[in-house]
Amino acid sequence: MKFINYLEKISNVSIYGLSSFLIFFIFFCGVFIYVLRASKKEMNECSRIPLD
Amino acid sequence: MQLEKFYYDNKIVKYFANATALWGVVGMIAGLWAAIQIYFPAASLDYAGTTFGRLRPIHTNAVIFAFVGNCMFTGIYYSLQRLCKARMFSNKLSWIHFWGWQSIIVAAALTLFLGYTTGKEYAELEWPIDIMITLIWVVFGVNMFGTIFKRRESHLYVAIWFYIATWITVAMLHIVNSFEIPVSLFKSYSWYAGVQDALVQWWYGHNAVAFFLTTPILGLMYYFLPKAANRPVYSYRLSIIHFWALIFIYIWAGPHHLLYTALPDWAQSLGVVFSVMLIAPSWGGMLNGLFTLRGAWDKVREEPVLKFFVVAVTCYGMATFEGPMLSLKSVNAIAHFTDWIVGHVHIGGLGWNGFMAFGMLYWLIPKMWGTSLYSKKLANNHFWLGTIGIVIYAVPLYWAGFAQAEMWKTFTESGQLKFQFLETVTNIIPMYITRSVGGTLYLIGAFMMVYNLYKTAKQGSFIANEEAEAAALVKETSHVKEYWHRWIERRPATLLVFSLIVVAIGGILEIVPTFLIKSNVPTITSVKPYTALELQGRDIYIREGCYTCHSQMIRPFRDEVARYGEYSKAGEFVYDHPFQWGSKRTGPDLARVGGKYPDSWHYNHLMEPSLMSPGSIMPRYGWLLDDNLDTASTPGKIRAMQTLGVPYPKGYDQQANKDLMTQANSIRISLKMDKIETPANKEIVALIAYLQRLGKDIKAEKKTETASAD
Repeated sequence: MKFINYLEKISNVSIYGLSSFLIFFIFFCGVFIYVLRASKKEMNECSRIPLD
Repeated sequence: MQLEKFYYDNKIVKYFANATALWGVVGMIAGLWAAIQIYFPAASLDYAGTTFGRLRPIHTNAVIFAFVGNCMFTGIYYSLQRLCKARMFSNKLSWIHFWGWQSIIVAAALTLFLGYTTGKEYAELEWPIDIMITLIWVVFGVNMFGTIFKRRESHLYVAIWFYIATWITVAMLHIVNSFEIPVSLFKSYSWYAGVQDALVQWWYGHNAVAFFLTTPILGLMYYFLPKAANRPVYSYRLSIIHFWALIFIYIWAGPHHLLYTALPDWAQSLGVVFSVMLIAPSWGGMLNGLFTLRGAWDKVREEPVLKFFVVAVTCYGMATFEGPMLSLKSVNAIAHFTDWIVGHVHIGGLGWNGFMAFGMLYWLIPKMWGTSLYSKKLANNHFWLGTIGIVIYAVPLYWAGFAQAEMWKTFTESGQLKFQFLETVTNIIPMYITRSVGGTLYLIGAFMMVYNLYKTAKQGSFIANEEAEAAALVKETSHVKEYWHRWIERRPATLLVFSLIVVAIGGILEIVPTFLIKSNVPTITSVKPYTALELQGRDIYIREGCYTCHSQMIRPFRDEVARYGEYSKAGEFVYDHPFQWGSKRTGPDLARVGGKYPDSWHYNHLMEPSLMSPGSIMPRYGWLLDDNLDTASTPGKIRAMQTLGVPYPKGYDQQANKDLMTQANSIRISLKMDKIETPANKEIVALIAYLQRLGKDIKAEKKTETASAD
């Protein structure tokens, strides 16, 4: 068989995978920190919206 | 503060609820019918429109877009008004949305029945309907955002975030995946070909599950579960993490549908890793739902609504545990193409989607009719029948999938494949029968619900406009520093843009590299465009939904190579608009079926499959023997293919039919030599031409290679 698995040969293709992790990781940390620091009162208030 | 008086629109909710019940039952009947055909092929009635290949897309489209779609709209139109403390933005838009969506469903059912299909799973609808969907989706979006903008509640409750993410992502997926070149009013070719088409399709297909069957229903869970239990959600903090992590990770996971295929390895690995990560937010959501009931389990014993929700959320947990597991390559090697996958989706479909819909309807109808449920006992019976139905449905399919995969992979001591493909099918027929029993129980349950809800509505009186009061929203001047996230969640438009960015990043980083590289594809020189007759035959293959049972993708496994031949390469599919890799092998793979049997074998086999393979469960395709091939469409098809970059010579559209007849005649003569008399202009001749072409290009190359080596 002559042809090669050409698509694996993109130069630095790992950057796509790595950047995806990085973007997710940074974003996730941001959300996590926000959630930890959010005030309890506000969280309770929000969670009661459907019931009021 | 001055309280404003306004009215919630219940009438639109009622209509969507009715549609949910109606299409649910219709979709399930289609599913049951298709399931019965697998072990009783005569149930196809030997009629094109009711044969498995067309019925299966009708079933999937009906349950996904008609049943779950209407369920989603029912829940959103009810909860959004209450969460925003405002009536829907525009009555007119609500009704355009409702009737528009129902006409899309009817158009979809009719066209699929008649064989108009793009041949891309879960996106089978042809281009005019795709455009209708886009327009109606925009109407829904305007109505939803209009309501959100005129709300009387400063916070956007988490359910609304899920609705927003659903709207924007489904819009993106639908538009990107539906790029196609129209050939005629009801025929088009996918813009993408082969590997690219497959990647876009499964990026769409996977995320259709994520953003049509999961996120909106999670939104409903966050509203209706607390409502029915009369207590707030377990952790609002967790729900924030659940939301962002889920939409962020989901969008990447699509390639797990293409493991071991000709898709580039890096994309496969990316899909696997994100699929495994997906378990965290999914289970976070499940636990958030279940923990909402902590300390209130006594209520679950009393209340059928909560029973349905508990099983639904549990099934969500099971399916989202199984999903990441199936994404592991070693597990996928066994499960893919088998009934295991069918079992897996039905845990999600019957358990999560179905039971969420049932629970919601049992809660909503009494509320909107100002009464209580007609019969709790009947609802409880429905619950048990449904639950047992799910178990009897799914367990045999897991068993069947596992058993069949094992048989596929078994070799004798002398290194030969131990089982013929057909043996692996007949072996699991008892499982297919049991599965349809499970489906029947589930369907009976649905009928019981319809009766129960009808009686409930009868005994109450419908409150079309429900009165409510709330203070108008005053613009808050923030005197303390706001967190960035707090800032986002107050602003629906920002939230919309933000979630679009989040999901678009995933799509772009995943898909673009595969496209950019296209120019670098060293095409396999021996891979040539289809001849005019083969192209027509391919369209018949697509029309009859052959891809619902036959794959065209040989994975690089010892058993598959031994059974079907050389494993499939990306370069072989460059002219496949759309790709036809398939996702299930109820029949054998066809990637290299070309030249394996004489023309007459295919003729007899399509006429009466059991004639050539005794015990075959393939339906008969008698009409292909009688119907004339529509050659008038050939020039248009060739031109469309040229537009897509298929290298037919200039002006070939006018000569194509001449070549077509020459090739058809040669097949006619070859059939005649085997004592089969047929005119050359029958559809079956074109289909035989296509089948005989499959995989031939590579075989030709091999021959020349050996020749040059000599």
